[in-house]
Amino acid sequence: MPLVLFWFLATLSVVSALGVVVQRNPVHSLLALVLTLVSLAALFIGQGAVVVGFLQVIVYAGAIMVLFLFVIWLLNLPVETRSTGRLVVKFLGTIAVAALLAEIETFSMPGQLQLKFSATHPAGYGSIEALSQTLFSQYLIAFEVTSVLLLVAVVGAVALARRSTMVEVQERAEQLASREKAA
Amino acid sequence: MVQLSWLMALSAAIFAIGVAGFLIRRNILVMFMSIELMLNAVNLAFISLGSRLGTMDGQTIVFFVMTVAAAEAAVGLAIIISIFRNRETVHADDLTLLRW
Repeated sequence: MPLVLFWFLATLSVVSALGVVVQRNPVHSLLALVLTLVSLAALFIGQGAVVVGFLQVIVYAGAIMVLFLFVIWLLNLPVETRSTGRLVVKFLGTIAVAALLAEIETFSMPGQLQLKFSATHPAGYGSIEALSQTLFSQYLIAFEVTSVLLLVAVVGAVALARRSTMVEVQERAEQLASREKAA
Repeated sequence: MVQLSWLMALSAAIFAIGVAGFLIRRNILVMFMSIELMLNAVNLAFISLGSRLGTMDGQTIVFFVMTVAAAEAAVGLAIIISIFRNRETVHADDLTLLRW
């Protein structure tokens, strides 16, 4: 991957990640997040992870972000006018984050990791064949467990977000009415 | 050639921005987006290290992280919708039912 492209994508992803945090309108935050995800996907592809990069665009920037957007529209969120949180929290939070960043930077440098890096990729690296070879041999059990996890998540989401049935609504209205009559 | 340390530094920077967003912002939806930011920063670290090691394990783990993120987004957004229906708010400071 050319250096110019790397610096462009790195700057774009950091700036748009900052945009997620500083925007007051949730929709603008979300659009900044989509920009971050797409630039990270380009970085993935530049690293040789072609399939994962495309999955990132399709699944993440496509499906998950549209889900977020639907929820923002459904809730009809206003632009935040009041200040978010107390100044002390922001101040301490910033210091904590700076400390965390310094810590990660110190301990995640390649010199500290003591790994054997190879200069070349094997043939077919990052292709869908190579990914499925790993996925369906070494990580087969994890893959099956993930499918159960997705099923549980779908059922859970439907159960949590469903409106109560008409019978329940009527029962609640009757309860309220009888309580008012008693009072 | 892109240095591995630059990629790790970029990943650390995006992760730190995600943590900052989670700590500073009080809108539950934006806090949620910050979590997605952190997940993606870690994905970048996995991909970069996997690419340098020449193995597919990093990419496989990123695949799993994406699945878990999708499940998490579905359940989390359902919880947000259900909270909004009952309390008419998405401000984290207004949800004090479990605070002593």
